[in-house]
Order: sequence, then C-alpha cells, then structure tokens
Amino acid sequence: MAVDTIPGSLPGPASGNARDKTNAAIQKSIRGRYAAERRFKMYGVAAILFGLAFLAVLFWSIISTGYTSFVQSSFKLDVFLDRSVIDPSGQKDPNALRSADYTLLARKALATALGADTANRRDMREVGQLLSRDVDVEIRNEVLANPSSIGKTIPVWVLASGRVDNLLKGQLDRDLPAAVRKVSDQQLAWIDKAEAAGVLQKRFNTGLFTNGASSNPETAGIGVALVGSLFMMMTVLLLAVPLGVAAAVYLEEFAPKNFWTDLIEVNINNLAAVPSIVFGLLGLAIFINFAGLPRSASIVGGLVLTLMTLPTIIIATRAAIGAVPPSIREAALGVGASKMQAISHHVVPLAMPGILTGTIIGLAKALGETAPLLMIGMVAFVVEYPTSPMSPSTALPVQIYMWATSAERGFVERTAGATLILLALLICMNLFAVILRRKYERRW
Amino acid sequence: MLKMPNLEIHQPDAVKHDTKVSAQDVNVYYGEKHALQNVSVNIPDRSVMAFIGPSGCGKSTFLRCINRMNDTIPIAKVTGKIIIDNQDIYDPSLDVVQLRARVGMVFQKPNPFPKSIYENVAYGPRIHGLSHSKADLDEIVNASLEKAGLWKEVKDRLNDPGTGLSGGQQQRLCIARAIAVNPEVILMDEPCSALDPIATAKIEELIDELRQNYCIIIVTHSMQQAARVSQRTAFFHLGTLVEEGNTTDIFTNPKDQRTQDYITGRFG
Repeated sequence: MAVDTIPGSLPGPASGNARDKTNAAIQKSIRGRYAAERRFKMYGVAAILFGLAFLAVLFWSIISTGYTSFVQSSFKLDVFLDRSVIDPSGQKDPNALRSADYTLLARKALATALGADTANRRDMREVGQLLSRDVDVEIRNEVLANPSSIGKTIPVWVLASGRVDNLLKGQLDRDLPAAVRKVSDQQLAWIDKAEAAGVLQKRFNTGLFTNGASSNPETAGIGVALVGSLFMMMTVLLLAVPLGVAAAVYLEEFAPKNFWTDLIEVNINNLAAVPSIVFGLLGLAIFINFAGLPRSASIVGGLVLTLMTLPTIIIATRAAIGAVPPSIREAALGVGASKMQAISHHVVPLAMPGILTGTIIGLAKALGETAPLLMIGMVAFVVEYPTSPMSPSTALPVQIYMWATSAERGFVERTAGATLILLALLICMNLFAVILRRKYERRW
Repeated sequence: MLKMPNLEIHQPDAVKHDTKVSAQDVNVYYGEKHALQNVSVNIPDRSVMAFIGPSGCGKSTFLRCINRMNDTIPIAKVTGKIIIDNQDIYDPSLDVVQLRARVGMVFQKPNPFPKSIYENVAYGPRIHGLSHSKADLDEIVNASLEKAGLWKEVKDRLNDPGTGLSGGQQQRLCIARAIAVNPEVILMDEPCSALDPIATAKIEELIDELRQNYCIIIVTHSMQQAARVSQRTAFFHLGTLVEEGNTTDIFTNPKDQRTQDYITGRFG
C-alpha cells in the first residue's frame, strides 16, 4: 500500500514524540482517503458496466428479432404465361395485361412444381395460401416489362406467404397440433418437399429496402420512408445550415452585447430543450393550417425539423466560432482585412469542422425524430414513391412506429430490422462527425 | 547618483528625421477605467521608437491606438488626436481598413494564419488588390520574405503550413506578412517575448535593417532590447507618459525619478 511511502522516519524539525503523533494521524487519514478514492472508482465502473449491460440487452433484442427480416422466403417457379389467361384477345392491350389473373398462373405453376392436383379446388386453395397475396404484382411486372414472353414459360422468383416465411425462419412451431398451426399437414409436406428440392429458399430481402407500405408483411418495405426521410434531410440541410450559421456568426461577431441579445441567447438555448411534439404543433398550425401546405408532405416535415434543428446548429456554430483564437482575427485585421473578410476568410473556415459536426449531429437528431411528424400527418399508408417533397410520404422512424403497432410476426421482425437500419444510419452520421472533428481539429 | 545599468546603446542617427506619427492628448478609457492619460508624443520616421514601462502601464494600449486596433474592443473609448502624415486617424472620414494597410502590426505571440507560408504573405496584397497577376504576387511574396530574412529558410517549402515553422521563424513570417502590404509604420507589441535568445537576436537585427525604410514602434519589457534596437525611448507609468527622448539620454541621464528607478530595477 501507499502507506509505505509516508516519510515517517524522516528527520523533522519537530521533536520525536510530536513527530510520531503527526505521522500516525496522517497515516490514518491517508488510509481513509485512498479507500474513498477506490470506492469512488468502483461506483464509476459499476455505473458504466450497468449502462453497457443495458446497451448489450438492447442490441441483442433488436438484432435477434430483426436479423431475419433481411432474408425472405421465395419460390422459384417456372410460370407458364398462358395466352388464354393473360391476353385472350391477342391485342396486348395494356389494360387487359394489367388486370389479368396472374395469381392463377402462379398457383398452377406452384401446384405443378409440388405435384399437387390442379383440378382439386381444395388443393389449389391450399397451394394458393403458400404464395404471397401480392404474387400477381411480381408476375405482372415481368409481363409488362417484356410482353413478348406471353405464351412462353419463364422462371420467376415469387414471394412465399407470411406463414411459410415464419415456418422457414422457425417462428412457427411445426410440432403444434394442425388445428392451431395455421399450416395444414398437407402444406407442411409441400413446404418440406419444395425446400428439399431447392424451389423454396430464403433469399436476400431487397423488397425491405425498395417497397412501400403494404398490409402483407412479406411485401412491406421502407423504400418510401427512406425517400421521405431523404427529402426531409435535404430540406433541413438547405434551410437550417445557412440560417443557423448566419445567425450564429451575427450573434457571435457583430451583435452588440446588450439586454436583447442576451434574451435571444437564452431563448435559443431554451428552444434546444423544447419537446419536439411542440414543434409538431407549431408546424401543424403554421405550415398546414395557415400556409396551406399539404398534409403528410415531406416538405412540411422538413420545415418542422428545420425549426427543431436550428437551435442545435446555432449553439454548435457559436461554440466553434468562439473557439477560434482571437489572435487569428487580430492577424487578419492587422493586415487590413475588413471585419467581414476576417470572418469569412479566416474565422468561419477554421470553425468549419465544429460547424459541420454540429450540423451532422443536428441532422442525425432530426432523422430519428418521430413525434413532430405524427402531428403533421406523416403517419400515412403510402405505397407509391413520393415524386417531390410536396407528395405524401412517411419517414423512417414513423414507419417503424407504424409497423410496431401491427401484430403479424412478419411486421415484428421488420420493426426490428428497420430499427437496425435507422441505427446504422445514425451511427454512420455520428462516425462521420467524429472523423471530421479528428481530422481538422486544432490546426493552429 | 545611482549606478546606471551597463547597456549597449545605439547611437542616434546623425540625420534627424521628420515626425511620422504625432499623438496629441490621447486618452483611452476601458469602460470606467482611465487607461491612458494625456499622452502626447512625436515619433520620427525611419527610426525605431521603443515604449517601455512596467506591466499595465498603458504602453500596449497606446500602441494599439496607432492602428485603431482598440476599435475591436467595444468598451474602449479613445479621445485626442493621432496624426500620421498630417492626417488625423480618428477622423470619421478615414477608413480604418486603409489605415491598417498603412500601419502594419506584429503581435506578441506569433500568429500566422493556419495556411501555407505563401498564403500567409500573399493574403494582405491579395485583399488590397496590390497585385495584378500571379507573377506580381510571387514577386511581392519573395521580396517580403527576403526583407524579413526568411527567404533562404523557406524558399523550398512555400506551400508548407506557416504554423509548422519554429517560433522565431513564425514571428519573421508575421513581419513579412506585415511588410507585404507596403506599410509606412510597423507596430510591434513585444515581438520577442515568446522567443528564445537566438531568435530574439535575429528579430532585433531585422528591426535594425527595417528602420532604413519604415517607422517602427516597438513595445518591449526588456530594457536591454529597447537600448539595443531603438533610437528614441518613451517610458510609461500608470497610464501616463513619464518621459520621452533619445534612447541614450533616457538610459544614461533620465530626468524623472520614476524613470531612473525603473531602469535601475527598483520596480517593474
């Protein structure tokens, strides 16, 4: 122990007895002090371990639930594009092509592959339950893209139904009695056969990234939400950054220090702490009710998130500008630069890493924001991709929120999967901010 | 009579130069504080004038009045007149940017821009539009670095960052930067206080050369330095100008008791 280092035997000016007394007292108190220090360190380590444990549980639960959403069960079918079903008139009329009964073709193809009796209506119904309800869309798209294939047999990967997917991912217990299993014994036999033959496989789920909203979990994706979030991020970037930086430069460099600027400063700091739902109410009142912008549009979401991000950017920019040493300003002024030149040539470029870091952190915060978007009607069932910021869309966190309220097993794994994607995006943005800061900090 | 410190003193030039900068009853207030009181002094052209005095005596404050650097402090208020070449620099019609192009400044701590050596020197000429082509600018940069005695050391690495130079080189770079805009007066605020003795000697040598062409005003804490580089010296104490005269006279035959006490090391 460090007690050994106490210079108890050093010759001191005090007489022997008094000296010993003092040393004993010091040794006693020092033991206590070291113990207190050790205790304090232990509390800190315990707190950090506690936090890490929660983080581990969080990640474990999300990843274990969500990783299956990145693959999706599909059948590989050789679909005979029967001319008499698709195009009986032979005119290749687009409307006729669009409304043809592709589900029937898919069922027939699957029944053939499984060796089921195509004439038996009960069998055909059971075969049909193995396919996604949106299977017609997949085949229709193939036909519309290539009408010359009508009359031929083409190989297509089509999505299996949600319950087949659940079974393959082990989310359905196949040992349950058939009555409560949702999959009949016959279907189970078919599924095993198809899987053994390689006709039924789990493939990478591109639909998760490209599809819009759907009531069938197997065809639901975050495509629309991603585009909506992208539009909103662009709106925030275009509005919040110039406004925020200009406000910060003015407040930091030009504004006189008086009651009014103090008031503004206090209020900017307060705004950064205002609950985001309040910004949603503000956006609803101003942008939708007063300015008449469309509901559910990503432009409104972007404007609301701009208001929310502005304080963050202003505060970060002011801190970054304040951290530029005054000697740089003096140097610029000393050679005859005007104040504006000193700021735009030297101060702002030097503050840029800090400004960018603040901006990225602000954007990341905006990307994960849900509450204000609920207020402005972005909780919408949007199937079509938004073509402009004015068209209806959703956002990534809102999509997660909507899926979280659905009961199907497929939506549960998608909720976790989309959360993983959102977290990955946020981690990337924060990492980028850290790299920027590391690369450019303290160049003087 | 006290024994004078053993100082090597530059003989004042035989030629008397005209007055370049003339201060008349200059007062500076920082808010309530009366930092500088009724300072009147004439500073000759093509020579070095040193301001000495204990910390907080107002010598830096006065220096910063000469290129209106005090304007950047919101609470500072300056009264009186400072005349450079028959022009009052506190006249409202005078442009402060133009003034600072004529009155360059070198600061206590070397403060090169975090840019290349070339860009550091080229910045002033560029913003003032002193060059019309790249060749012009190269020529100005070259000449300024040459005058600052830095050309030989940096000519092969003009694109390296200025902040990568040693302290003394950085300070000479700052002098080159000031020279590049072709000023008439150069203010130096304790330019050697952050430097080692060898770098200090180089800067002092440089100051001695520069006085052939510029009016140089230097604030220094070191009386030896004032004695070595200056022809005239002004002693400040508690916000007043106590005594001003030829450096030789100030150091060998001060008129005021306070000056004598200071240069003999009684206080400060």
